[in-house]
Amino acid sequence: MGLISNGTTIFDAGALDSGLAKGSMTLIKNITLSSAAASISFVDGASGVVLDDTYKEYIFYFNNIHPATDSANVQFQVSTNTGSGYGIAITSTYFQAQNAEDDSERALEYDGGQDLAQGTGFQTILGKEPGNGNDESTSGFMHLFDPSNTTFIKHFIARGNCQDAGPMSRDGFAAGYVNTTSAVDAIQFKMSSGNMDAGSISLYGIA
Amino acid sequence: MGLISNGTTLLDAGAIDSGVPTGAMTLIKTLTASSSGTLSFVDGAASVVLDGTYKEYIFKFYNMHPGTGAAKFRMIASADTGSNYGVATTTTMFEAMQDEGGSNETVRYEDGDDAAQSTSAINISTGVGADADECVSGDLHLFDPASTAFVKHFISTTQFVNNSGTPYCKITRVGGYVNTTSAVDAIQFSFSSGNIDSGVIKMYGIK
Repeated sequence: MGLISNGTTIFDAGALDSGLAKGSMTLIKNITLSSAAASISFVDGASGVVLDDTYKEYIFYFNNIHPATDSANVQFQVSTNTGSGYGIAITSTYFQAQNAEDDSERALEYDGGQDLAQGTGFQTILGKEPGNGNDESTSGFMHLFDPSNTTFIKHFIARGNCQDAGPMSRDGFAAGYVNTTSAVDAIQFKMSSGNMDAGSISLYGIA
Repeated sequence: MGLISNGTTLLDAGAIDSGVPTGAMTLIKTLTASSSGTLSFVDGAASVVLDGTYKEYIFKFYNMHPGTGAAKFRMIASADTGSNYGVATTTTMFEAMQDEGGSNETVRYEDGDDAAQSTSAINISTGVGADADECVSGDLHLFDPASTAFVKHFISTTQFVNNSGTPYCKITRVGGYVNTTSAVDAIQFSFSSGNIDSGVIKMYGIK
C-alpha cells in the first residue's frame, strides 16, 4: 500500500519514496565489544552490513577503542572477496601532532613507520600507540570513498586522537588508497598486537 | 491528505512535517562530470540551495578524474549568483605524501599553492594523475555563506594520486576564507587545466 499526500508519494512498496527529503547519513551497523576481540569485520551482505554501491561514501566512527596491549595501534585491511582474504596493496601517508601532559615532546611530524608503500599488511589509523591504562583509548573516524567502483582506486582518509602511555595526546592523520580497481566489499579492524579490549565501531553510509 | 499520529502531524502537504526528525544532513544536489569544463552550484538554479537555509554546506568529491595530467583541483566563489567568480580569498595549504616505492615521505606546507587575497580559482589539491585508475576524492566544508557580517571560512581535504613517474599518494588540507561580507551564493569547481573528465560532486546542507 502506498501513501500519497497532496499528490506527492510519501511511502510506496515498503519504503520512503526516493524523492522525499530525508537524512543523508544512515547508520548501517554498530558493533560494540562486550568482551575482548581479535578483530572487528564489516562484510557486505553479512549481519546487516551494506558495503557496496548503495552509498558513494562510508564513514567508520571509532569510540574509545581500548587496546589490551599497551601501545598497540588500531589498523585496517580490506578484502575484495567478502572477507575470504584481507591484504590488498595500499599506499598511504601518516603524520601526527602530539603534546605530552607535561608540555614536552610537542611535534608535528611525518611518521614513516606507520605508512605503507604498496604494502599488503594492515594500515595504522587513529592516534598511534594508545595506552592500555584503564582510562586510555583512541577515538576518531575513517572515510572510505566509493568502495564498489571498478574503474578507480579506493581512497580513504582517517583521523583520530589517543592518549598514549606517556601520557600524551597524539592526533594521527592517515590517508591513502587501496590500489585495486576491484570492488572492496569487506574491511577488518584489529590492533597491531593483542586484542581490542573494549570500544565500538559504527558504520555509516552517505547517500 | 495529512497524517496525524497521537496529535502530532507527521505528514502534510506532500512532505514530512518540519517537526519530525529526518536527519541533520540533507543532500541538496548531485552533479556528474562528463568532460566538463566546470561544475557550478548556484543558489536558486537547478534546485540548488546556497543561502541562509543552512549554516554549513559540505561538498563531497568522488573520483574526480582530470582530462589533463597534473591538473590541480580548484574552487572559486561568487557573490552575484555566478555572474562573476573571483572573490578575494586567502588560504593555507599543507600536504603529506609518499610514493609507491616508499620514498619521499613528508608532511609540509605548500607555499606554492596557497592563496593571498587571490581572485583566481583556489587550489584545493596539487597535481592529480590522469591515468585510467587515478582520481581525487575528498570534501570541502563552507561555513555560513549567507552571513553578511563575517568572512566565509572553508576547510577542504583531498586525497589523490599525484601524476609522476612513480605514483605519489598525497593528501592536501586547505583552510581559508573568502574575504567578503557579502553573501556567497555560488561555488564553482574545475581543474587548473583541461576538463573534469569524470567524477561526482554532491552538495549537502547541515542544519
